[in-house]
Amino acid sequence: MRTLTFASRNTKEITRDILTLIFGIVFPIVLLLLLSAINKGIPEGYGPEIFAISKLAPGITVFGLSFLSLFSSMLIAKDKTTSFVLRLFTSPLKPAEFILGYTLPLIPMALIQTAICYLCALFLGLPFGINLLVAVIVNLPIAVVFISLGLLFGSILNEKAVGGICGALLTNLTGWFSNVWFDTALVGGAFKTVADILPFSHAVGAARAAVAGDYAAIFPDLWWVIGYAVLLLAAAVTVFAVKLKKN
Amino acid sequence: MEAIKTKALTKKYKETTAVKALDLTVHKGELYALLGVNGAGKSTTIKMLSCLTQPTSGDAELMGHSIVSEASMVKALINVSPQETAVAAKLSVRENLEFIAEIYGSSKKEAKEKAQSMIEKFNMHEIVRSRAAVLSGGWQRRLSIAMALITEPEILFLDEPTLGLDVLARRELWRLIENLKGKITIILTTHYLEEAESLSDRIGIMSRGVLLAEGTAAELKAKAGTDSFEEAFIRITEEAVQ
Repeated sequence: MRTLTFASRNTKEITRDILTLIFGIVFPIVLLLLLSAINKGIPEGYGPEIFAISKLAPGITVFGLSFLSLFSSMLIAKDKTTSFVLRLFTSPLKPAEFILGYTLPLIPMALIQTAICYLCALFLGLPFGINLLVAVIVNLPIAVVFISLGLLFGSILNEKAVGGICGALLTNLTGWFSNVWFDTALVGGAFKTVADILPFSHAVGAARAAVAGDYAAIFPDLWWVIGYAVLLLAAAVTVFAVKLKKN
Repeated sequence: MEAIKTKALTKKYKETTAVKALDLTVHKGELYALLGVNGAGKSTTIKMLSCLTQPTSGDAELMGHSIVSEASMVKALINVSPQETAVAAKLSVRENLEFIAEIYGSSKKEAKEKAQSMIEKFNMHEIVRSRAAVLSGGWQRRLSIAMALITEPEILFLDEPTLGLDVLARRELWRLIENLKGKITIILTTHYLEEAESLSDRIGIMSRGVLLAEGTAAELKAKAGTDSFEEAFIRITEEAVQ
């Protein structure tokens, strides 16, 4: 009950910020439209395969979720800068309730963001089917990965620093190591190894498999992402609990 | 009955001892002011008593519950109005009040009723729909205290409640605090000596982590041999430094 109350407050804080809506919803759609337009300008057979709408749309949905890190880190870092956090810390809320309260409001946002992206992709030629519903659900663990990363950084860093880390660095890392903009196999070597270790390319792989209806191919990648989600969420709770005690 | 009893409460930060073996007793329903110059250890004491930080050694019992081993029980009994703005900026006044009530276990219906009661008690009708971020400093502080009281705490910590307020807003808050006297136990920290003298049942003066003296304002003046409370505070504090 306390968790839901705290989550409700955080939902209001997030949705009453116009920048959140712009970055969360509008920016991924702009990217999708722009890259589709570029791809259409290239003669068929000459453009990169990953820019075909069936590959691009799931990739953009994953990349768009990277902004959730920014939202969750800013939320927690902003709370830390005011005395409001003292009020929360002296309340009966426990560390796990804090982290869940920060996480829950962003889950529906992740679902809405992904659904709108796929809806937009339908107009760009993506075939409609039950696969898209599966693809929306497949994005949930990667949403938790990004939210947890934001909560981790937000617990440790101040408001200015999280803007740089989660707003710039993390979105870039997601872009480079996710196979959204280019195939990491083309770079090969250590770059490809890092991409395989990080969860981003696996998230994109699972999302693309879901859109393609290749359900058997979803889980090897999705297990990888689920593992990261569980570990990072546990790490966020632990770090938050330590920070709470060290206050 | 004792609302707060500290036993050799100590907090060390690396080489610095912020609070040294503090033995303090505050009675139920009492308004106890904790005074001291910057770095005296007031804020650290409040932080320990409100379970924000753990003592290095010693303990304190709040309404019979240990801050070390029963922190969650203590947290349910207390509330804090921190020094600076302690409101959720993007929530309205009503939403802020209902949020805090629910966090402390009230149902939605109870929270609504309690919020309405606070709005009436603190005359906040005209700002009830305003977001906290756009309120004046005085209104924010009033809301902050209302948020602390909505949970019906047995012990309330007021940390510099009138800091930065104009004289009218300060007097208005004094009236609100006076109305609470005897109903709940209040620990007040302030740099305004006249505020402590006017509002408190008893006053404790701290310096360098040590409780130098305590008593009513009259007792402290008599002890220091001065007519004014400000002079008494200065003399007690300076004697300790020398």
